[in-house]
Amino acid sequence: MNFEGILAQFAAGALALALAPLLVGWVNQCRAWLQNRSAPPLLQPFRTLHKLFWKESIIAHGATPMYRVSPYVVFSCMLLASMIIPTLSTNLPLAPAADAIALVGLFALARLFISLAAMDIGTAFGTMGARREMLIGFLAEPAFLMVLFTASLISHSTSLATIVASLSQRELTILPSLAFAGIAFTMVSLAENARIPVDNPATHLELTMIHEALVLEYSGRHLALLEWAAALKLFAYSCAGIALFFPWGIARANDHAALLWALPVLLAKLAAGGFALAVIETILAKMRIFRVPEFLATAFLLGVLALLVHLLLGA
Amino acid sequence: MSSPLLAIDAAMIVIAAWIAIGLAGVAAIRSFRVVAFILFPASAALSIALAGIGFAALPAAPEVAILAIGLPDLPFHLRLDPLAAFFLVILGLASAGISVFAGGYFRAGEGTPPGVMCLQYHMFLVGMAMVLLSDDAYAFMVSWELMALASFFLVTTNHRIPEIQRAGYLYLLIAHIGAIAILLCFGVLQANTGDYTFANMRAQRLPPLWASAAFLLALFGFGAKAGILPLHIWLPEAHPAAPSPVSALMSGVMLKTAIYGLARVTFDLIDTPLWWWGVVALVLGLVTALFGAVFAAAQVDMKRLLAYSSIENMGLIVMGMGLAIVFAAYNMPSLAALALTAMLYHCLNHAIFKSLLFLGTGSVLHATHERSLGKLGGLMRSMPWVAVTVLVGVIACAGLPPSNGFVSEWLLLQSFLFTGGLPNPYLKMLVPIFAAGVALVAALAGYVMVKFYGVIFLGRPREEKIAREARDAGGLERLGLAWLAAGCVLLGLFPVAVMEVLDPVPFTLLGRGLAQSGRVGDWLLLAPVSAERASYSPLLLIVLTLAIMLFAFFMVRRLYHGNIRRAAPWDCGFPAQTSRMQDSAEGFGQPIRQIFEPFYRMRRELPSPFDAAPRYRVDVEDPMWRWIYLRIAAATERTSRVVGMLQRGRISIYLLYSFVTLVALLFLTQA
Repeated sequence: MNFEGILAQFAAGALALALAPLLVGWVNQCRAWLQNRSAPPLLQPFRTLHKLFWKESIIAHGATPMYRVSPYVVFSCMLLASMIIPTLSTNLPLAPAADAIALVGLFALARLFISLAAMDIGTAFGTMGARREMLIGFLAEPAFLMVLFTASLISHSTSLATIVASLSQRELTILPSLAFAGIAFTMVSLAENARIPVDNPATHLELTMIHEALVLEYSGRHLALLEWAAALKLFAYSCAGIALFFPWGIARANDHAALLWALPVLLAKLAAGGFALAVIETILAKMRIFRVPEFLATAFLLGVLALLVHLLLGA
Repeated sequence: MSSPLLAIDAAMIVIAAWIAIGLAGVAAIRSFRVVAFILFPASAALSIALAGIGFAALPAAPEVAILAIGLPDLPFHLRLDPLAAFFLVILGLASAGISVFAGGYFRAGEGTPPGVMCLQYHMFLVGMAMVLLSDDAYAFMVSWELMALASFFLVTTNHRIPEIQRAGYLYLLIAHIGAIAILLCFGVLQANTGDYTFANMRAQRLPPLWASAAFLLALFGFGAKAGILPLHIWLPEAHPAAPSPVSALMSGVMLKTAIYGLARVTFDLIDTPLWWWGVVALVLGLVTALFGAVFAAAQVDMKRLLAYSSIENMGLIVMGMGLAIVFAAYNMPSLAALALTAMLYHCLNHAIFKSLLFLGTGSVLHATHERSLGKLGGLMRSMPWVAVTVLVGVIACAGLPPSNGFVSEWLLLQSFLFTGGLPNPYLKMLVPIFAAGVALVAALAGYVMVKFYGVIFLGRPREEKIAREARDAGGLERLGLAWLAAGCVLLGLFPVAVMEVLDPVPFTLLGRGLAQSGRVGDWLLLAPVSAERASYSPLLLIVLTLAIMLFAFFMVRRLYHGNIRRAAPWDCGFPAQTSRMQDSAEGFGQPIRQIFEPFYRMRRELPSPFDAAPRYRVDVEDPMWRWIYLRIAAATERTSRVVGMLQRGRISIYLLYSFVTLVALLFLTQA
């Protein structure tokens, strides 16, 4: 582990912390334009975080330490996940700590804690949110794993850095297995990030909310941490999508010239991805909660199909 | 005999001491304190010693001993090889925690007196240890029966309750059906030589047909003990019926003896497995695992939920075994070693975390006298010690990093992923489908565990009295829980050390170990094949997570403030909320019930909006009852009715039967 590597790791963390709320702001802006509304400023998520951090935290009577620890655990898991996914360069000294399977494990750990915390106060909405979050999780998690497995089989590795390095070397052709995996991944990331058509991030309509029901009781700095964690999750999923399906431009280890290019390329890709997300959210309607398992089962089957296609066609 | 004390002799001393403790329990039948505070902790110390012996014997060469008990000319052959030693370690580590806990758990005045229970408990331990050490079919079957009978008496501790009698009967029945299959398997393996020692069975080379028969019989017999579908039926009945330390011992250790037996027969006694055995094991394992996970999500009794979760984990273990068989049959020893290591690692992990969870339910049961999830809730406030240790077990059981449960699932998924070299194209395609199944099962386990933990320990108490009466566990109980929780953490954080310790097992069984070829990784980084291919470092992961948490904690306080205010819950401003508005256990499992509806047999009572006294009720029944067991029962009844027609109850008719038989026999001898 050299000095350069440690620097790169810190840079990746700082970049994730800074870019994640910016990405949320950008998606909100695009959404507003597409819907003929006047857009909030790009930095609005930062302002919201700042405001929330200043407010005092209101904690319900009888809340256990679980409730107060969980925001930190969730925030930490999401930041760590963003740090191990190669964004600018594959030279990340921490990347060997967790491969693709462990990455899914990190997301699942965060999900466990936020769901338990939501059940802690003992309100009707909290438990409802926990139940729905776990419902989405138990289908989205294996689907995401299938996508990662497809990439792993193509590159003969479950290490994210190796996957990116091997995928970015190939020619600019569409592998059929990766095409299936890409559709599955898009569906999973919509569900995991509480986006339309699965959940609506801009609603507090009691009976439809999932993510908002989980964090309903939180306020002040705890809510800020959870919101930041949600932004980091969106960022991590976007970066995972970029790393798996559009890896060109991510600098390989010890390639300093490419590193200069990597940041603008990443920003362009994130901007395009955010715009695509806004388009999806604008043209689709939110579905009933009991349609969600069908939606995610489709994603899971597409993921399995991607694996099979890879094994059948070898591509 | 170079060393003064052989490991196998030391193991025999531990077993003899266990018998002595059991007898001392009977002697001290009236003084409950002696049993609780002296005998059970002493037994725990012996368990640790046994784990130490197993640990020392793992890298050593096999040791044999002959114990001249039983019939004349038919002594017990014993053998301690790496496979047996590894399972002795499992037995020792898990039972150490369980025995300490049991000292604090068994109280006077509950069914069987503690002194007698102490004898049964220790005979159970002795039976399991002897099963692992046996080296001939005779000793094996005697120990196997000792284990089954001792655990039957332990299951029926509260023998006055009819349901428990029924559960005990079912358990005994299935245990014996399984035992018959195992006996037949040994009969096939000795290949008409009449010599029932394992040494002879190892030497025999069976033709594929007979080897397959032996494997299928072993799969049936040991599968009945391990809870493989459709012979799992006793498991969700017997586990809730037994006292919690016994459930822990049964689920944590006894199920593993079945895996031990299957591994012993497949890799040691038969030695040349065929590839399709692996496919059979994989399919059965996947079906079992999915079934267990789906049904665990629908349970409302906390111990029954854990029993189904055990079925799920046994399914995963059998899948690991099946994969190892496939690789071994295709002569791919390093991949077989990886799959076998994953399977053994999961055996160890499941022993630790499932024991922990069952003991946790025991503490909850003592504090609240309630097993139904629908009446619990909010116990984290009154039982923090139990709540925190059980949380560790929950994270492990859900298979999440950095716990031990994640490591073995990670290894299992890794061994599923790198199957590219398989020569059989259909198999090559099938194996990733199994990997998808494992991923689904692991995710469902997370759902089940959130339900288990959230409904018991979080939220508000669903019944008034529970909040008033619940007290945290006592000293011995805490010690037992803490031991197992520490096990979950340490086995999760140092996977490379664990894999190096258990490496002699795949080495002796398959001729290739993982660590032996230097490919497990260093102390920090687990990389079973190579670091470019796959790596995982739990230690680094947890240090980083904690560092980021602390950083966030202090930065928030440095840049902003740490003020909090206590207030009533917000809940969208709804003022009249009660603790009954939380999800019940049925409610939390409802989405899973809806998705997997065709698999369940449900009876529902849904109130109409106009019911004056609305009642909501849902019963979930195991479909195997109707599909298989009730049919067998009906067929048996039909046959016995036909046979019963012969019995007329009149002497003259019976005389006629004798006469006809005699005449028929005479004709036969003439002809």
